[in-house]
Amino acid sequence: MAANPMKIRANNKDGVTEVKVLISHEMETGQRKDASGAIVPAWFITDLTAKHNDRLVLGAEFGTAVSKNPYLAFRFKGGAKGDKIVVSWKDNKGETRTDEAAIA
Amino acid sequence: MNNQRRTVLKSGSGAALLGILAAAGIIKPGMALAEWNKAAFEAKSMADTLKALGAGSPADSKDVQVTGPDIAENGAVVPVGVSSTLPNVTMVAILIEKNPNALAASFTLPEGTEANVQTRVKMGQTSNVYALVKSDGKFFMATKEIKVTLGGCGG
Repeated sequence: MAANPMKIRANNKDGVTEVKVLISHEMETGQRKDASGAIVPAWFITDLTAKHNDRLVLGAEFGTAVSKNPYLAFRFKGGAKGDKIVVSWKDNKGETRTDEAAIA
Repeated sequence: MNNQRRTVLKSGSGAALLGILAAAGIIKPGMALAEWNKAAFEAKSMADTLKALGAGSPADSKDVQVTGPDIAENGAVVPVGVSSTLPNVTMVAILIEKNPNALAASFTLPEGTEANVQTRVKMGQTSNVYALVKSDGKFFMATKEIKVTLGGCGG
């Protein structure tokens, strides 16, 4: 759990829940060089899942082209105030992080 | 003598156990990474990426929309969204034609999740951005050119 917590916002409106996630991650492409000319190794999130009360609502696979500190927004039908949204990611170094938020 | 033999046996089995643990530790992330579509993400051209995703040559569709700025000042952070009114969309992918690897991200949408996702991507240069959508088992595509004034891949 090296990374900072994710920021998760989930809002239900007219039966549709909109989820916005802001993740803290370097998302290094493996193509950038540091000051000494050495290539900075790739370090990026590969897999992400979002669950609503243990039901998968979004699966995502990222490549290196996703921006640093990735932002993600999606909508699903259902969800009620107070329900739990759990987001987990895994990067190419095997590090993982899981955070949760309640639907507002 | 007997005691020594016991110590050797003990340390021997200890090392073996460590080996097993290490192997388990290595195998675990390796297996998990197999889920990630390596071939698709490492493909360089659009055609290779589509092939790796099993999309073949998708039909252009007016029911798929790519949203994003016409001109992105900073290629490191380009907001891109994909939405579609097609039924039963199970997969959405964002491809950037002129990036070193075309595929930026792909999303799996279970039933009940709308075909409407937004994220931010890096773009090395002005390029066509493609949205690939799988609806009822068929692939559809839409495109939008985004001009980049400052590349996102420079050091």
